[in-house]
Amino acid sequence: MRLKNFAKALILTALTTPVFASSQDSDHSDSDHNEHTTSHQNDAVDTKEEIKSYIMHHLEDTYHFGIWDKAGISFPLPVILFDEGLHVFSSNKFADDHGHHEGIAESSGKYYKIDHAKIYRTEMKNGILPLDFSITKNVACMLIAFFLLLLFFFRSLGKSYAANGGISKGVGRFMEPIVLYVRDDIARPNIGEKKYKKYLPFLLTIFFFVWFLNIFGLTPLGVNVTGNIAVTFALALLVFLFTNFTGTKDYWMHLFNPLGNAMPWYGKAVLYIILIPIEILGIFIKPFSLMIRLYANMQAGHIVLMSLVGLIYIFGNMMGGSLSFLLAFAISLIEVLVALLQAYIFTMLAALYFGFAAEEHEHHDEAHAH
Amino acid sequence: MDKLLNDFSLGLFVWQTLLFLLLLFLLKKFAWKPILDAVDEREKSIEAALKGAEEAERRMQALQADNEAAKKEAMIERDAIMKEARDTRDDIISDAKTAASEEGVKMIASAREEIEIQKKAAIADIKTQGSFSFFRYS
Repeated sequence: MRLKNFAKALILTALTTPVFASSQDSDHSDSDHNEHTTSHQNDAVDTKEEIKSYIMHHLEDTYHFGIWDKAGISFPLPVILFDEGLHVFSSNKFADDHGHHEGIAESSGKYYKIDHAKIYRTEMKNGILPLDFSITKNVACMLIAFFLLLLFFFRSLGKSYAANGGISKGVGRFMEPIVLYVRDDIARPNIGEKKYKKYLPFLLTIFFFVWFLNIFGLTPLGVNVTGNIAVTFALALLVFLFTNFTGTKDYWMHLFNPLGNAMPWYGKAVLYIILIPIEILGIFIKPFSLMIRLYANMQAGHIVLMSLVGLIYIFGNMMGGSLSFLLAFAISLIEVLVALLQAYIFTMLAALYFGFAAEEHEHHDEAHAH
Repeated sequence: MDKLLNDFSLGLFVWQTLLFLLLLFLLKKFAWKPILDAVDEREKSIEAALKGAEEAERRMQALQADNEAAKKEAMIERDAIMKEARDTRDDIISDAKTAASEEGVKMIASAREEIEIQKKAAIADIKTQGSFSFFRYS
């Protein structure tokens, strides 16, 4: 059982690494980043540098919900700061004369400015940042996904059973097979018949949340929630906490005494100097890989897709333009698959880790007998 | 790595954690529990229905087997009754035959006796009457 799970994890890891590798490129372009403040003089985004900075800008979180920034179509969002008192004001305060959010906002005698997608107090630009709990674009998208999931799909699905005598009806009906898939093919085989019910709500929630937000990232709204490290960190942290707080005695025994009675104590002592640190490191590496995998895949998908769209403007002719359009179209189809796949992988691996935590061996009696 | 750390926003992290936990709690209460319960119940009722159908089939088969056995028993009984009847009939016939033949023998014997008696009487008669007529006609 364990070996099979391990093989599964290995295959999943192998499947996801190529995308991971490609995301490394995003780090190199950081040096060009400063240019995006100066590149706004020309209206069209049509040079390599402009496209690059446009993409980098897109990948960042923003304080307003920009639908079409160049045309100035955007929704303001509330900015919430804790900086010697609570400051709540609209992100419109950052708007300057050109319609960009690069101005200085004043709130109860303090002045703030956005730099690199973070709010600073103007007089201490390199100092401490104010505690920032603004409803940013990503938080707004999460809220949309939150209510969509809660009200539109699953509440109605949950209600429809009672109303139709055990048979689902309506929009939620589309979701029922997916719910059952998560139950029967992710939770049950990985966690086991006895304990899967305890973990199932978490797995279902994380699957649909990640999937919805991944799909949101593909809409022309230009959001990138699951490609944000803070979001994936939060999800991975919850998996980490849930795994370790529900760990059985066997789970901890496996961590600190992986060999059991297979070896005399002096043999184990030598091995355990190496083994136990590896096992402990493993607890952290597992959720860390979850965090990086989702982040990198989503980030990379956005970079590739936007670069291909950007190519159309660089080519600027029929031939190259239509070719990059076809390529971008093909990639966006693949991204639809990746959106589902990454949600699946995240849930699958979380279930696998829960399975380790919920594991209970049958060798207790055997151990007492010796 | 620097970019990763710079990208990390504490506010977003806190919002994400809060919203996710709230979503987990609400969905668990209002969605997953009713959905999974309903599906479980449906699965159970399907299982029960299948089991019931199987049970009914088994019962029907048992009933059929019972019928078959009863039919067989009836056939055997019928055969036995028929055989008995046939035997009785044969007995009656043979009894009647023996009785009839005995009666016949008896009747023949009594007829013979009668004939003998008549003959003797006739001879005796001839003897007494014949001497006279002999004389008469000689």
